[in-house]
Amino acid sequence: MALLEVKNLGLNFAGLQVIKELSFSVQPGSIASLIGPNGAGKTSVFNCLTGFYKPSSGQIVFDGKQITRKRPYKITRSGMARTFQNLRLFKKMTVLENVMSGMHCRTRTGAIGAILRTGSQKREEAEIKDFCEFCLDFVGILDEKDRTASNLSYGHQRRVEWARALATRPKLLLLDEPAAGLNFDEKQQLIELIKRIRDELSITILLIEHDMGLVMKISEMITVIDYGQKIAQGNAEEVQNDPRVIEAYLGREEDEVA
Amino acid sequence: MDRLDSAAPGNGDVAGTGGPLRWLESQKNRLIVLTFLAGLAMFLPLISNNYVLEVMTNVWFYVMLCLGLNIVVGYAGLLDLGYAAFFAVGAYTTGILTSHFGVNFWLTIPAAVLFSICAGVIIGGPTLRLRSDYLAIVTLGFGEIVRIIARNLEITGGASGLIGIEKPSLFGFEISQISHFYYVFLLLACLACFVSYRLQHSRLGRAWQYVREDEDAAEAMGIDRVAIKLYAYVIGAIFGGVAGCFFAAKMTAISPETFMFQQSVLILLGVVLGGMGKIPGVIIGAFALVLFPEVFRDLGSSRILVFAIVMLVIMLYRPEGIWPEKKT
Repeated sequence: MALLEVKNLGLNFAGLQVIKELSFSVQPGSIASLIGPNGAGKTSVFNCLTGFYKPSSGQIVFDGKQITRKRPYKITRSGMARTFQNLRLFKKMTVLENVMSGMHCRTRTGAIGAILRTGSQKREEAEIKDFCEFCLDFVGILDEKDRTASNLSYGHQRRVEWARALATRPKLLLLDEPAAGLNFDEKQQLIELIKRIRDELSITILLIEHDMGLVMKISEMITVIDYGQKIAQGNAEEVQNDPRVIEAYLGREEDEVA
Repeated sequence: MDRLDSAAPGNGDVAGTGGPLRWLESQKNRLIVLTFLAGLAMFLPLISNNYVLEVMTNVWFYVMLCLGLNIVVGYAGLLDLGYAAFFAVGAYTTGILTSHFGVNFWLTIPAAVLFSICAGVIIGGPTLRLRSDYLAIVTLGFGEIVRIIARNLEITGGASGLIGIEKPSLFGFEISQISHFYYVFLLLACLACFVSYRLQHSRLGRAWQYVREDEDAAEAMGIDRVAIKLYAYVIGAIFGGVAGCFFAAKMTAISPETFMFQQSVLILLGVVLGGMGKIPGVIIGAFALVLFPEVFRDLGSSRILVFAIVMLVIMLYRPEGIWPEKKT
């Protein structure tokens, strides 16, 4: 059974159809990609999946449960985490505090526990810290944990977002343009990191990406959309050779892909 | 500024506001100052007259109110212009229960907490989905509604309010002198500091900060922002309610005019002036709030004007509040 199943998804903004009858699925343990030219509606699909937009029609089934039109925090709790295309860190807080936000939905202590510092509260705080440090270590920036988030380099701020998403203990990780603004070396590290997240943490990955080289290298299943509609689906080779894809998208970037 | 900095060690106040406060950044120096101030606060009733005690009791009372509002405004970032309403709920609960029903003062506190929670949920539940500027207007309205209800109900004593509220006693010892109340309010202020500190450094405190900094990102991390805001609102309400109980017991009389819009603004002023979200800042704000009008009492009615000017100057030159930002 697919981990994520999108059926006939539609989204309208003031009469404008941003997404039309879009269907695709993501198999557990896979690295899947959603690609398409600028303005094809990729980020809108992500926002529908994570509850930030309310789709006008269609269904989203995640891990066997209906999550269509649920509020974002509930979707995150059910095991889907995301990163943002434009960084959305808590800028004034430390790196560790940023990552701790991810553990919020997996912990429970309320006001009474906090005021009395009960045994279970202390245990939980220690557990939060340990797991967040593990996440920071995993993405390779543990030694920056006490710095203010906005003081980090752009590449490292991206990693904070990753660690934060990992701290929600997701089953599915949605990455919105993870390679945007990264240099060549950083992109290579990114590919390694995505593979490690899947292989070592067994988290399924769905990413939106502009960088075709990166997508073709790591994706096992690619869905191509244009004007909010699916125009092709398959593995890298199949997609690359699809005439509709070449026409809509790859045609202009053929050199880069090859 | 550089020139001033190099001159600063030796005589601390050369660099203006920065100098003495920078001296406070060392942990040891802070401890010395804190110990001294705590000792002073403890023994104040032995060395001062009733006027000073009355003013200082008022200071501790405002420390508690400001810390309560700080949870809403400073921690969770919600602008609340009707905080006096919660203070009124507490004061009237104690007033009504003791004078009409003869309930023991101490038993009115849990009742006041309960009513404050209800008031917090009633106003917060439907409005916390609003953006913060709309929220400010709704809370302003709520503050006025509570005051007008108190003014028009029979049980609250109408416009003249309630009088003859019994002074509380503890194990046969009646709390009646101003020095007794001084210690009661000092204790309350300490308790408020303690609770604020613990909350700030907890999972809940962090969640408030996440929501304050970026609601969407917080929601994407699995934080229910409406629930988290409501939590802040309710805890702030409890602070106000409990402060209200003791206020009623101290004054023995309350009237709707105590809980005017001006009162809400004053408390908010204390929070903003000292520095939102910073406990020492809020305490300083509460001090400034009460002490300024007292110090400038000689100026008569124009002291409010001086107060306003001082406030404007502080806000212009230190928009983050008097207390300095934590540096990392």
